[in-house]
Amino acid sequence: MTMLDDFLIRAALAGVGLTFATGPLGSFVVWRRMAYFGDATAHAAILGVALSFGLGMPFYAGTLLVALTMAIAVTRLSRRGQSMDTVLGVIAHSALAFGLVAASFISGLRVDLSAFLFGDILTVGRGDVAVIWAGAAAVVAMLVWRWQRLLTATVNEELAQASGIAPERERLFLTLALALTVAVAIKIVGALLIAAMLIVPAATARRLARSPEGMALWAVAVGAASVLAGLWASLTWDTPGGPSIVAASAILFALSCLIRARS
Amino acid sequence: MTSLISARGLSVRHGQTEVLVDVDMDIAPGEIVTVVGPNGSGKSTLIRALIGLEQAATGQVTRAPGLVIGYVPQKLFIDASLPLTVRRFLSLPHRVSDAEAQAALARTGVPGIDARPISGLSGGQFQRVLLARALLVKPRILILDEPTQGLDQPGTAAFYRLIAQVRHETGAAVLMVSHDLHVVMAASDRVICLNGHVCCAGTPRVVSEAPEYRALFGLGTGGAFALYRHMHDHDHEADAGHGNDPAHPHAAHPHSCAHDHA
Repeated sequence: MTMLDDFLIRAALAGVGLTFATGPLGSFVVWRRMAYFGDATAHAAILGVALSFGLGMPFYAGTLLVALTMAIAVTRLSRRGQSMDTVLGVIAHSALAFGLVAASFISGLRVDLSAFLFGDILTVGRGDVAVIWAGAAAVVAMLVWRWQRLLTATVNEELAQASGIAPERERLFLTLALALTVAVAIKIVGALLIAAMLIVPAATARRLARSPEGMALWAVAVGAASVLAGLWASLTWDTPGGPSIVAASAILFALSCLIRARS
Repeated sequence: MTSLISARGLSVRHGQTEVLVDVDMDIAPGEIVTVVGPNGSGKSTLIRALIGLEQAATGQVTRAPGLVIGYVPQKLFIDASLPLTVRRFLSLPHRVSDAEAQAALARTGVPGIDARPISGLSGGQFQRVLLARALLVKPRILILDEPTQGLDQPGTAAFYRLIAQVRHETGAAVLMVSHDLHVVMAASDRVICLNGHVCCAGTPRVVSEAPEYRALFGLGTGGAFALYRHMHDHDHEADAGHGNDPAHPHAAHPHSCAHDHA
């Protein structure tokens, strides 16, 4: 497995693997206007990082747990009549702040923290690549399995309910998929930029696609292209990996705006 | 025959407000039932509660096991960020064949628009596409919440003819909310007059002669013209600039039925 010994190959595999999850999931985030929700979940993951280091838990498990708890808490709170916007604003930033405070107590993590805030794709190990692909595979499997139901609930919750679909349950599946994606993406693009990996390629794909499925696939392609372009830029100019990937995807988005929108 | 959907003592609250109080109703297979009532009388809430979109505060709603509902909502906004053609929309949540999709569109009067993006349709076209989708699930009951919004008068008449035809051909029951009183009265088997509670219910003839109904819609004068005039007032109540017709002072309209349930 000498190929996997090359840090660049590992980085490319990890990044491209992630886009299989962020493409379709990001499309749902765009369709359902969950951008801020994704951001909040990702910010909360920093608290998860701090807790897993503090408690000696496996890093991915701790992050997933906290991201999931946050996502569910937000959904519950917003149903109690608080405005979603406010709830997200309170929870996202509180979780990030508590995460940063908690991290400062843990020796060693202080130095590493920027890796979790901004990602450190060039340092992913073989184990990370495996976890990322497994996580992405789980997200894709879940989305494919629920696709028709998720799409119906996204078009209109009342129509879905009248067809015997429980929109609440579908929302829970998306929440779970989002938490899973955040947990595996944090090492690649970092907590601050995960939402960008979800939204920017999907927004680019919207200009190119005529169907929901087409948009999800285009989002994967655009995401993968961004990862490779970002990695190349990172190597060429010695720029940070995660931000370079997001910058590349933003440039692709800008280019797509030159194309006349289809349908 | 057992009813498809029934409500017993159904009350629904929105916060502190009681939107529906103690509603009893049944829909039997194959019948056309129309719910009428002024704005804010809880018509849409009733429909939503029957489908299961609203929680009952008290009482209960029973649907026949495995009941297939074809639902046409009052308004449906599809975000332009979702690229969705008419054809793809018809395949949600159950995939249908191209032939079925085309037949359904032809039947509802919008043939050949399969490939059009759904966000670019006119109100009338969209309404027909929604009906086509509702028919494709082969429903035992069609539930339509003000289905003729966005249709012109000939379109409205054609729409109700189509509904009657569908019922005739498929035997599906139809439950609808409508503002088109004069048309509805002719097209329904049963009418439920709602104003937070069931004011009166029965055949169109019985209902149109009931004092509760006249208190809401008629002025005791009867006749389609009076009904129409009155509806016109109701439609524009929110419009502050709307002048009161001296012959129809709003204050003279008793707004709830004889008793108050607040």
